[in-house]
Amino acid sequence: MSDQAASAGTAVLTTADGMPLKAAQARAMRRSRIRALVLVLPLLAFVFITFVMPIGQMLYRSIHNDSFSANMPNLVRYFADHEELGVPDEEGFAALAADLAAAAKAKTIGEVGTRINYEISGSRSLFTSAGRRAATLRPPYKQAVIDLDQAWADPELWAVMQRAAPEYTPSFYLAALDLTYGENGAIVPVPEDRQIYVALFIRTIWLSALISAFCLVLAFPIAHLLATLPLRYSNMLMIFVLLPFWTSLLVRTTSWIVLLQSQGVVNNLLVAIGAIGEDGRIQMMYNQAGTLIAMTHILLPFMVLPLYSVMKTIKPSYVRAARSLGANSWTAFWRVYFPQTAPGIGAGALLVFILAVGYYITPALVGGSSGQLISNLIAFHIEKSFNWSLAAALGALLLFGVLVLYWVYDRLVGINNMKLG
Amino acid sequence: MSVLSPAPHASPLERIWHYAYLLICGLIFLFLISPILIILPLSFNAEPYFTFTSKMLSFDPDGYSTRWYDRLLTYGMSNPDAPRDGAWWLDVWNNAQWVRAARNSTIIGVASTILATVLGTIAALGLSRPEMPFRRLIMAALISPMVVPLIITATGLFFFYSAVGLAHTYLGIIMAHATLGIPFVIITVTATLINFDHSLTRAAANLGASPVTVFLRVILPLILPGVISGALFAFVTSFDEVVVVLFVADFNQQTIPRQMWNGIREQISPAILAIATILVVFSIALLTTLELLRRRSERLRGVSPA
Amino acid sequence: MKLKLLAPCAVLAAGLFAGAANAGEVTVMSWGGAYTKSQVEAYQKPWMAATGNVVNSVDADNPASPIKAQVEAGNVSIDVADVEYSDAVRLCDEGLLESIDASTLPAAPDGTPAADDFIEGALTECAVANIVFSTIYAYDTTKFTGDVPTTIADFFDTAKFPGKRGLRKGAKANLEIALMGDGVPAADVYAMLKTDEGVARAFAKLDTIKNDVVWWEAGAQPPQLLADGEVAMTTAYNGRIFGAAVGEGKPFQIVWDGQILDFDLFVIPKGAPHLDLAMDYLRFATDTQQLANQAKWISYGPARKSSAPFVGLYQDGKTEMGPHMPTSPENMTNALVNSFEFWADYDTELNEKFNAWLAGN
Repeated sequence: MSDQAASAGTAVLTTADGMPLKAAQARAMRRSRIRALVLVLPLLAFVFITFVMPIGQMLYRSIHNDSFSANMPNLVRYFADHEELGVPDEEGFAALAADLAAAAKAKTIGEVGTRINYEISGSRSLFTSAGRRAATLRPPYKQAVIDLDQAWADPELWAVMQRAAPEYTPSFYLAALDLTYGENGAIVPVPEDRQIYVALFIRTIWLSALISAFCLVLAFPIAHLLATLPLRYSNMLMIFVLLPFWTSLLVRTTSWIVLLQSQGVVNNLLVAIGAIGEDGRIQMMYNQAGTLIAMTHILLPFMVLPLYSVMKTIKPSYVRAARSLGANSWTAFWRVYFPQTAPGIGAGALLVFILAVGYYITPALVGGSSGQLISNLIAFHIEKSFNWSLAAALGALLLFGVLVLYWVYDRLVGINNMKLG
Repeated sequence: MSVLSPAPHASPLERIWHYAYLLICGLIFLFLISPILIILPLSFNAEPYFTFTSKMLSFDPDGYSTRWYDRLLTYGMSNPDAPRDGAWWLDVWNNAQWVRAARNSTIIGVASTILATVLGTIAALGLSRPEMPFRRLIMAALISPMVVPLIITATGLFFFYSAVGLAHTYLGIIMAHATLGIPFVIITVTATLINFDHSLTRAAANLGASPVTVFLRVILPLILPGVISGALFAFVTSFDEVVVVLFVADFNQQTIPRQMWNGIREQISPAILAIATILVVFSIALLTTLELLRRRSERLRGVSPA
Repeated sequence: MKLKLLAPCAVLAAGLFAGAANAGEVTVMSWGGAYTKSQVEAYQKPWMAATGNVVNSVDADNPASPIKAQVEAGNVSIDVADVEYSDAVRLCDEGLLESIDASTLPAAPDGTPAADDFIEGALTECAVANIVFSTIYAYDTTKFTGDVPTTIADFFDTAKFPGKRGLRKGAKANLEIALMGDGVPAADVYAMLKTDEGVARAFAKLDTIKNDVVWWEAGAQPPQLLADGEVAMTTAYNGRIFGAAVGEGKPFQIVWDGQILDFDLFVIPKGAPHLDLAMDYLRFATDTQQLANQAKWISYGPARKSSAPFVGLYQDGKTEMGPHMPTSPENMTNALVNSFEFWADYDTELNEKFNAWLAGN
């Protein structure tokens, strides 16, 4: 960077202004690091504000739920002082009565009831009806409240309330993994007819892996063709890849419905040429097959483009050299060409897998019941059942899984090698 | 010698395989394009359903109509049956929902693409330097919008924007779309910069150029293909994005995909096929024009890459 | 380079806002399709003409979902929404809706106060019903030439009436239909569903057709599924089938046996941006004449008793609407009224069981 006035024979090299060379180099290095950081800083700040903070806030909901703790302060205090999980004494019921009256007046009783309703059905109307009559309660409160409804004497109800009292709770994560608290506070699996989430996670990962595999098998030949054809032809053929990519996702999904439904174009064609009978129409829509086919089609360009950009950089002379050394075409392909495409395969497969895992519109439209993915259930909890804490917990688990995968990919292939053409 | 014919030294088995390979490629291209081809005739369906009616299949002219293209103009108008004069067109411009959606999509798409490209390119300059500290971590953070499931992002953004007053505003959606497009810009531009020959920048600096001049006159022209490629990805991401818009936008900021979602769920209206056809025709025109321009510049330079 | 593009963008943006400044504005959210159209024609256009204000009509699969999100985020853009009964009760209980005083609603033409004129249950603390609709099932008449389905049990009979079935995705209405199809009288359905055996029986009945079901979510989908030939029979909102059958001439027939009646109600989210205009719109739309007018566009019963005599012909000028109403006597022989209280309590648990049942094999 600056002149080196090294005088032969002196122990320490210095720069023109007398600073030791090492120090000068370190300073220059620091400066260029800071310069690099400054270039990245605006974007980092932007992404932090528009993305990291909102997501963090959303995920915070997965462990923080104050529906109970914010609205039933007396009971929360009572629970903090008393350890046992069970039907309490007069003091506990007095706290309950005071809280019910206050919450009914502030119109927050519904929220409290909903929170308990997640774990015990029927609690909602229990709380709201008790709230309506809470102002008329007189001591002895225990008897008065149990007279309102026998359910208040159920130790299970009180155990659930005690667990719901703290602001921070792991119960949504437990629910997301099909677990719940059993008799004595032990963690047990949920009854079998309510177990869905783990099975859905597995199905999501399995289908996404299958879709990535399909995309790879389909993308490889055409990426190779596009990479080896002269530019004027490959650019025209590239339209076949780019046009679907640029067409709206919703339109493509609707097209697949039209093509694959039982009275759709494909089935009609097969019946017309006599390949199948009128009763033998293939069910390709509103099931897993529909999800697989539609999503493979939609994600195929994401596999083609990285493969294409990597294949373009592979010199054909390597394969020719291998052939001239005596390899047959399969060996030349498998041992010389294929390994060179590894970064493209890695980037494409990772991209397709990650996108597949998070998709929810396509499975919602064409998946029927067997083609649903976990993201559909996350959407269900956000839009229909309003159990946002559970949705956040499911989302957090999904995100965690994807980040683990990303880390593995980075170790094996390296993010810096990702190209999109 | 074209790649379409087998090599002269190919054995008979290899010849067969070669033609089979071409056939497979053809089938895959057909797989890619067939859904797009289907929508073109369907957009002329006379009935408000997504099926080929028997009239259409027998090419009966009654089965076809341009009513959906008309609907693109009239849906949402206060007075669609008025005579088609200047006032009618003004009504279309102000009130027709599809026209408004097209305006919104364009504004939001262009703005978010510009934002993503500018920020992303500058950041890529920093990221591609070997001395960049914490490069892996920062890269992961910047790519994360692509990784997080979109529904989580959309809900998180809705709550956050509502708290700061950005929900139901153009700025909020533009920022959200820019965030979603940035990973693409980063990936493409970094890839281009990694292979960049930095001796050129050093030569420029040596000749007395300031860093900004070096960037604008030496680096940018050479990485332009990567930048444009990233910008294109970012634009497509924004133009096609529906989940975030579903949560964060209100009536005035509906985009084309949002309107299409209506057309599939609430309205079942083949008007979405009409607009899709228009977009497809537009894309083909754009791609063909780009290719013709490229060939022209090749001819002018006298260079033809093999 | 960037500035040159920003300027025209700013001009465009300014132009966008120019139009909306002068008149008052309300945003009304509904379910889309033929139903929204009936509301636009019967309520929105007349109100716009009468008051000079503008109505922005937006649609959703279920208008209740955006309400909760918007009110909790403190960012409400909807002024009036049309929701189902159980959602109206739930949202009200959670303090997410404005209260509506029934005494401010217009009286019937003969002077009966609104509180007495509305059908029982149609007025709640935060909601005013506008229509009675029904979940029924319909079939394509071209598919069944000999015997035709006439009872709710026939829906589950895939041997006698082969073909796929369409069902709304969710536990609501499906569990009741399953029990009724299994022979349970309408009066006992909800009592049975409160027990585990009852729920198990309902799912067992649904199991018999599970592999043949296509699940719909938006109200406009069932007519599309029938038109595609994708299903032979499907549950649907009766008005949408009516619109397809009479309005578009499709060969669909409704089976009223086992129908499940429900209200749709207008609500105003707490913190709605144009509260006064919203109340004005609501009062106008739930007036006797307007409720009768919406029956001209879709076959849903008006929620006011005084509207019944004004219900006449469909907008085609020929079809009598009377026999197509859910509340018409000949359709009420085996009808069930949806219990909002039951669903407000049990929908968490039952939807979870439903999702698990759906996701399993």
